[in-house]
Amino acid sequence: MKARAMKRLLIAVLLVSWRVAAATEATPHRIVSIIPAVTEMIFAIGEGSRVIGVSSYDHFPPQVERLDRVGGLLDPNVEKILSLKPDLVIVYATQAELKARLARASIPYYSYEHRELADVMQTIRAIGARIGATPAANRLASDMEQQLDDVRRSVARLPKPKTLLVLGREPGSLRRINVSGGYGFLHDMLVTAGGANAFGDVKQQSIDATTEMILGRQPEVILELRYGERPDAAAITREIRDWDALPSLPAVRDHRVYILSGNEFVVPGPRLVDATWRFADTLHPNRH
Amino acid sequence: MTGAFGALLILMCLLAPLAGSTTISLVRAFDRSLPFADNVDAQILFIARLPRVLAAALVGASLAAAGVTFQALLRNPLAAPETLGVSMGASVGAMIAITAMPPRLVGGMSTVPLAAFAGSVAALGVVYLLSIARSRGMSTTVLLLGGVVLTTFLGAVISFVQYLSDYTQTARMVRWLMGSLDVGSYEPIGLALIPMAIAAGGYATLPRTLDLLSLGAESAASRGVDVVRSERIALVSASLSTGAAVSLAGPIGFLGIVVPHMVRLLVGADHRVVLPGAALFGASFLIGCDVIARRAFAPLELPVGIVTAIIGGPFFLWLVLRRAR
Repeated sequence: MKARAMKRLLIAVLLVSWRVAAATEATPHRIVSIIPAVTEMIFAIGEGSRVIGVSSYDHFPPQVERLDRVGGLLDPNVEKILSLKPDLVIVYATQAELKARLARASIPYYSYEHRELADVMQTIRAIGARIGATPAANRLASDMEQQLDDVRRSVARLPKPKTLLVLGREPGSLRRINVSGGYGFLHDMLVTAGGANAFGDVKQQSIDATTEMILGRQPEVILELRYGERPDAAAITREIRDWDALPSLPAVRDHRVYILSGNEFVVPGPRLVDATWRFADTLHPNRH
Repeated sequence: MTGAFGALLILMCLLAPLAGSTTISLVRAFDRSLPFADNVDAQILFIARLPRVLAAALVGASLAAAGVTFQALLRNPLAAPETLGVSMGASVGAMIAITAMPPRLVGGMSTVPLAAFAGSVAALGVVYLLSIARSRGMSTTVLLLGGVVLTTFLGAVISFVQYLSDYTQTARMVRWLMGSLDVGSYEPIGLALIPMAIAAGGYATLPRTLDLLSLGAESAASRGVDVVRSERIALVSASLSTGAAVSLAGPIGFLGIVVPHMVRLLVGADHRVVLPGAALFGASFLIGCDVIARRAFAPLELPVGIVTAIIGGPFFLWLVLRRAR
């Protein structure tokens, strides 16, 4: 009985995967992208006109503001997605429920995940191949690799300041500080831009760092990322002054605490190159 | 017995600052020839560790005392500082501050803890109104039901605020809701001390009446207790200390319900011993859990709420089994 049930399940799985595989061969013309990074990649490849729906967090390039919104990573609106009649949906790897529903509706999907910096270029090439734009995608990816190499070369002979890369904290205080560990695209960008990650030995994308952990590691530079709207100059000054509570940090003593704002720091797409240049310009301002 | 709890707390306060995720030299920390701004060891000791131990002591004592009081007042062994919704009220205040308020108020005070405390006071107001809605005394059933409804309602408010906010704000809220004793300076401790001191004044009048109240309101009244007045003092003190603790450290679960029972298992049911005993032991317990949180996964540190439940649960069961034998 059990063996028979297993056999049936196996056949069902094979059938479904065959149908998905068969469907994936066609070149898509109605693409829904739930990940802002992927939306940016498709537009940068030059195929933005084929995107018909984006996530509620998409704001770049400006053309996406006119497109239909289909929810986000945690709350995708399946009904909305189906109503757009897409022939390709690009989802994030963890959206298992959404993937199952798309498979049931026989809508092809492409599952994407961002980890390290090199994966971004890999993804661009893979998505280019999937949507039938291989040459343009390869050009974009190679161009990005070239530019990242340029950044790397521009800082190659300079000392690597020990840098604390802050991803978030409780507003107005030094509590619940979330920093980049030694894994992930932000860490890779920091290293490419000629910094040494103060928490590089902890192989996690993000770490909750206490004041003791930060005092113990004595960072020479603090880069704090802000997403969304750029805060005004007074607000930036106030936020930098929060760090005066830890006066022994070399970064505080040498006035090397910086607030960098912009969505290019959280969207691991083509704009990562600009973000990496900004890291390098902040870490090594006098290198040219 | 209270003396033993006091001695334990003094010992914990002296030893806990020596442990941490980094190694420091005490000689260097107390070296006066180095200016404080350059002395890393002194800063780790005085900016990172000492405020943290103090915060743990105050939060642990406040939550444990509130737990004892709520359990006696509501005559329910499952009552906890969170039961009447005051802790949730603080969380709602913090969530709103994180999403919609400037990070600092005029005078430079950090908004989040103040908003959290304001939220807890608002929740206390609702609970207090419930308690006086019936003219003669308060019904513990009404209070309990009201508290459960308020907690659920405020939980929905938190979900709603999180739903409306963007992902970085959501991440900050999730971090706040995990609780943290890493207060980073003495300023938030000083602020929390004010309501905690008022609550302590209230607690000082309670032990004898709590003994009588836990037997029932009528029998307490027959022995000359001003039931309505004592119940309100108990309600307000326990709610104030819960609100102060949550606004200082965020919600830290489990301690407030289990420490009172641990102390009762050790010393019996007399509130003259249980109330101060629970406050002292709660302080030591949270300091101890926080040391484990700081050391167990060094160089990383765990949120202390995980440790209170993982250590406290089995320890409590062991106490119960030992008594049963």
